[in-house]
Amino acid sequence: MTELADTASAPAPSLSTRFEVVPIVLFAAFAAAPLFATYSGAEGYVLSLLTRVMIFGIAAMALDLILGYGALVSFGHAAFLGIGGYAVGILATHGIEDALIQIPVALVASALFALVTGAISLRTKGVYFIMITLAFGQMLYFLATSLAAYGGDDGMTLSSRSLVAGSRILKSDFAFYWMCLICLLGAYAFSRSVVASRFGRVLRGTRENAIRMEAIGFQPFRFQLAAYVISGMMAGLAGCLLANQAEFVSPAFMTWQRSGELIFMVVLGGLGSLHGAIIGAAAFLLLEEFLPEILHGVSFFLAEETRAHLAENWKMVFGPLLILIVLFVRGGIMGLLRRPRHG
Amino acid sequence: MTATLLFVQTLNGLQFGLILFLIAAGLTLVFGVMDFINLAHGVQYMVGAYLVAAFSVWTGSFGWALLLALPSALGFGLLLEVLVFRHLYDRDHLDQVLATFGVILFLNQAVKFVWGAAPLSVPVPDLLSGSVEIASGLLYPVYRLAIIAAGLIVAALLYVLVNHTRIGMLVRAGASNAAMVSALGVNIQRLFMIVFGFGAMLAGFAGAMVAPILSVEPGMGDNILILAFVVIVIGGIGSIRGAFLAALLIGLVDTVGRSFAPNLLRLFLDPAAASQTGRAIAPMLIYIFMAAVLFFRPSGLFPVKR
Repeated sequence: MTELADTASAPAPSLSTRFEVVPIVLFAAFAAAPLFATYSGAEGYVLSLLTRVMIFGIAAMALDLILGYGALVSFGHAAFLGIGGYAVGILATHGIEDALIQIPVALVASALFALVTGAISLRTKGVYFIMITLAFGQMLYFLATSLAAYGGDDGMTLSSRSLVAGSRILKSDFAFYWMCLICLLGAYAFSRSVVASRFGRVLRGTRENAIRMEAIGFQPFRFQLAAYVISGMMAGLAGCLLANQAEFVSPAFMTWQRSGELIFMVVLGGLGSLHGAIIGAAAFLLLEEFLPEILHGVSFFLAEETRAHLAENWKMVFGPLLILIVLFVRGGIMGLLRRPRHG
Repeated sequence: MTATLLFVQTLNGLQFGLILFLIAAGLTLVFGVMDFINLAHGVQYMVGAYLVAAFSVWTGSFGWALLLALPSALGFGLLLEVLVFRHLYDRDHLDQVLATFGVILFLNQAVKFVWGAAPLSVPVPDLLSGSVEIASGLLYPVYRLAIIAAGLIVAALLYVLVNHTRIGMLVRAGASNAAMVSALGVNIQRLFMIVFGFGAMLAGFAGAMVAPILSVEPGMGDNILILAFVVIVIGGIGSIRGAFLAALLIGLVDTVGRSFAPNLLRLFLDPAAASQTGRAIAPMLIYIFMAAVLFFRPSGLFPVKR
């Protein structure tokens, strides 16, 4: 992510244009990455890592839509990843392998689940909302573990990636990478327009003060529910892609820890900016991937055995890092980019 | 046969419910008094189990291990409070969820680092090993009965402590309105610390008690934490009485549901389908139960009046 560091240090003419520079650079970086991947020597590895980044970017952005713009802390968003993944997996075992059928089915299933659980969850507020979304996520998790016909606890391996209109185009990692990028761009453009619309403004209004919104004639519940459904569908799409990326679906898609990670990605990137969520997902996944090596490199002054030990237990550094970010970096990475520099 | 099975499962459910209560009691107080979501409460249960495992190897006796583990769990809870949690009380819930999530990641790995990833087992103390015949031809392990007894005793002690002592009064007052208690001249910081340490010790005690019957392994607190949250949300946040009833309900619904859901469904479905759907529904039961409770009573069964 050197491109990101460049944005931070690039001289920005004014504050307002700098906001838009970030997403452009971000997407340009994603578009340029396959070229570099070819020269890096580990093409498959780089592509699959970045594909994962984009897929989790979509999911985190979906969460940002309700978390950042509606202050709805959903602690069960991984459930939608599972719905998308299982839609692909279950349909594929019944011989329906075309993404043009799988994705709409996944979207409809996610929308229905979001509609029902959202309608119940939104009756509650605050902590209770966090907990009830968690409960629904857990319900789906346990449902998946009991689906013996579809692998139960162990999950199921997909025989191949989805077809697109009968062609095996996604078999190529490059084609799949581009498809994910298109989905990410589409989801981003869509979310942007949602946020900028009247609907988005009402949603932000309910975040600030739901009672006041009600007093001026809006029903917060309807807007929040609609946002929850949109967000669920986007996360469902991410689930479809994730199943295709891994060519594997399992209940592990929707553990509560995964939901926690999604929240963390959004907060790490910075709430309520959409591209911040993508950057957060990228930072999280890349850190998770490279922290062991970074630790190994940084601890050059220690004995080799200790260094190996440190790299193996990278999570012991990851956890405190997380706490420190929460305590000291307000507004996440976007907050850092936005902060006016001191002369 | 079914009646005795039901009886045994009810006892198991009671035992599970009481363990849940020990964890949920601390969680609901911390939550109610400090308005603080502590996801790391589950790892305190895990730490309790590991401490007892380590001390029982060291001392060779479960009793001594338990006696040593309790103050250690208390000290550990206080250490976490001073190092991390104290700085989070005035943050919003989202920050608390994330920071304590970080504590989980750290401690799960730290436990692996110190004791290895393989599960440890703690022998059942000799005094409490074996089984007793509780009805004709029905054997039940003594140790599980001991857990039930210990759980009930702690629950009774907690009841007295919360309802009939000065510190309990302050805790209850803190749960209704912490700012007002502070304004009346009570050192709220110290009250928070006491509540927190006490909650950590209860969770550690629960972990220590189950160590001989479950395997002690990293991440063992993660799932029970979620169940404890279900309990306190159903019971009403900040209410010990609510937590007690909800914990027993959840323990019974889960244990009895798992063994009887397939049988009950057989009344409506053919056996194969019944066992299939029964196994699917059983683990979901408590979450369905929770969703239903929150649907009708959005702030739990015994909401603390504010």
